[in-house]
Amino acid sequence: MSKDSSKTHSINIGAMREKPNDNTNHIENETVAIEAKNLELYYGDKKALNAINLSIPEKKVTAFIGPSGCGKSTLLRCFNRMNDLVDIARVEGEILLHGNNIYDKSVNVSDLRRKVGMVFQKPNPFPKSIFENVAYGLRIQGTNDKRKLDEVVERSLKSAALWDEVKDRLDDNALGLSGGQQQRLVIARAIAIEPEVLLLDEPASALDPISTLKIEELIYKLKSDYTIVIVTHNMQQAARVSDYTAFMYIGDLIEFSDTNTLFTNPIQKQTEDYITGRYG
Amino acid sequence: MKKWFKSGTPWIWLNAGAIAVCILMVASIILLIASRGMVYFWPKDVMVADYNEPTQKKVLVVGELQNSKTVPAIVIKEGNENIPVPKDKLEFERYLIKESILKGDKYKIVFRTYLKDFLKSIQYPKNIVVVEQRSGGNFYGYFHAIKQKDSVIDKENIAGSLDKLLDRATELHDQIYEIEKDDIGTINYKKSNLNLEKIKLDFYKEKDIRKYQSLKISEAKLDAENDKLKTKLLSLRQKINRDILVFKTQDNKTFEINLANIIRIYQPNQLSVFGKSILYVEKFWEFLSDDPREANTEGGIFPAILGTVVMVILMTILVTPIGVIGAIYLREYAKQGVLIRIVRISVNNLAGVPSIVFGVFGLGFFVYVLGGSLDVFFYPERVDSNITTFGSPSLMWAALTLALLTLPVVIVATEEGLSRVPRAIREGSLALGATKAETLWRTVLPMASPGMITGLILAIARAAGEVAPLMLVGVVMYSPSPPIDLNPPFLHVDRTFMHLGNHIYGLAFQSPDSEAVQPLVFATAFILVMVIIILNLTAISIRNRLREKYRALEN
Repeated sequence: MSKDSSKTHSINIGAMREKPNDNTNHIENETVAIEAKNLELYYGDKKALNAINLSIPEKKVTAFIGPSGCGKSTLLRCFNRMNDLVDIARVEGEILLHGNNIYDKSVNVSDLRRKVGMVFQKPNPFPKSIFENVAYGLRIQGTNDKRKLDEVVERSLKSAALWDEVKDRLDDNALGLSGGQQQRLVIARAIAIEPEVLLLDEPASALDPISTLKIEELIYKLKSDYTIVIVTHNMQQAARVSDYTAFMYIGDLIEFSDTNTLFTNPIQKQTEDYITGRYG
Repeated sequence: MKKWFKSGTPWIWLNAGAIAVCILMVASIILLIASRGMVYFWPKDVMVADYNEPTQKKVLVVGELQNSKTVPAIVIKEGNENIPVPKDKLEFERYLIKESILKGDKYKIVFRTYLKDFLKSIQYPKNIVVVEQRSGGNFYGYFHAIKQKDSVIDKENIAGSLDKLLDRATELHDQIYEIEKDDIGTINYKKSNLNLEKIKLDFYKEKDIRKYQSLKISEAKLDAENDKLKTKLLSLRQKINRDILVFKTQDNKTFEINLANIIRIYQPNQLSVFGKSILYVEKFWEFLSDDPREANTEGGIFPAILGTVVMVILMTILVTPIGVIGAIYLREYAKQGVLIRIVRISVNNLAGVPSIVFGVFGLGFFVYVLGGSLDVFFYPERVDSNITTFGSPSLMWAALTLALLTLPVVIVATEEGLSRVPRAIREGSLALGATKAETLWRTVLPMASPGMITGLILAIARAAGEVAPLMLVGVVMYSPSPPIDLNPPFLHVDRTFMHLGNHIYGLAFQSPDSEAVQPLVFATAFILVMVIIILNLTAISIRNRLREKYRALEN
């Protein structure tokens, strides 16, 4: 089944799990953006991800939930090969981005990361001006045309709902912004290079409730243009922002289905225990 | 008591005490050097007295009191048995006096010690004059007359008419100095270059006669120019030798001094504090801006300051790229393993190697091996005629040796700076599709730059104070041509140079009268400290600006 979907990016997707249980969630009428096939990741000898099979639908928000250390961030970082930076990490299996294996030897990691943007848990603006932060990705690609940069910076900041707050001080140091503003700036920076996929690694966990709300609104707005994958600790947040949700536990993908189903009618006992707060 | 210990208060006191000791030591070093050195420029009153030591001939003492010391009576007794020492007298007051003594037909500066007890009828005559001479040091006497070409033109108002004449002489002297040092220096420099070219032509057995001819033409041109300058000099010298000042000494002899030989004339015993202050500033400025005279014991230290600063800047330019690139490799690219650990330990141990060892290495490797092969490679013709270009100690090798000496500091500090750039920032850049090199150049290196500059600050502090290795690889007591001048290529790294640290060493250990140069040693040391402080403050201000710019994320 998964073979079919990789070829045709077809309609009938879901997490195919042979092990340890055989729950198959049918998510219909979606195009596949990313597909993980038998993905395993080792830190040295320790297995951190265990035979993950998962399809992420295009232009939807997919949330990963699960207790700390369950591997959801690790899985997210596989999608843009951030795990390459960890010397001892080793990946087996495949991840297909629109049908192409991103772990193939011929893949240029920089190109991949341009297509798959990422926002981290803590806001990490560069110690440069707001403008230069957003223009960073373009400058890396060699764009130095001032008009083009102006245009992209404005558009990105507008999409990140930050334009009105910073338009008069684009030359100020980005570190002078508040935490919430910084996180939106980082999102603007990521979408300035127009990626296909946006990976959000607990983007609101370091923010206050109001900033969190703004980020969530932003995610809702962005999903019409981008495939979004979000890791979150906060189950309410996952319920609020995501269309699909995956529950992970100690390196295993336990259950993956549309958010409504997962939260109201989980198939797995473990999922139910977690969302009802019995553990985790 | 136990409670007091538990409260942590004694610990705080201990820390504060340690800091207090540090500050006290630094402050006292600077204060001591400054106070001992800075009095050197203060014009001292001239004392006239009779010295009547028992069993010795009575002598007349004219001079400036330099300092006074208490000396145990036993020491005095050992020096001269004839001195009567009363039983209850345990120590003598001994004065060091700077006198000018007639030797042959010239007055020379001499430092002598006198016991205060035998100095009788001390006076400070109001009209005694101190003459600072360009050669020969100070002279003490009284105005007698002004002569122009053997005819006395003034005897009454000498001090009044002197100012104008002295200004004229100084101006002429400056012209002469400029011609001698700059113009003729340039001609000599060009001539030596022509000579080197000629050697080259000879060596390669050049057939083309025109080349020889063009050399000869240029040489003839230079000679003509030289002759022109020499006639100009001659007329200037005649002009400057017009005025002669006649003095009466304390013992009623007359002595003539050519105005050309006079730097300044003043009457310290009738100067007000304000007048002395002006003189003080003048002398201090002269100390900073003039060339040394009289085997470094008079005049200024400008070439030494210049040499020190140029050498340090050159060292910085050399050590920065090597150190920074090395540190980037160690921290960012190299696979952290046993080998890298060995490399790191070796680098750190390099910092512990005594600096003189670096000097020996610099002489053996840089000067002889490297410089020697460069000479053979580039200038085989000069090697044949025993002319060295790179193969002798010079500014370039000194800077390189010190760069090697300070390399560990720069590497360690840069690594520290790199490791302090948050991982989140690197990941942020990589996640935007930047390669590792792009991330380094655009984000990590700018953010680590304050750390690199910290390394440079430490390197500068170490290099500027280093003397021992320099003595082997390029420093000299007196260098006729400075490392920077108006002849292209302007910076002459193949020349030897003077250095403040070496200047201090030379004054303290190699001058005939160590007692006499003591204030000069302190003054030079003070300037050295100041130069290091200024160099450091410049680096620190650059670092602070970078720090503000690349203020990293908190935590």
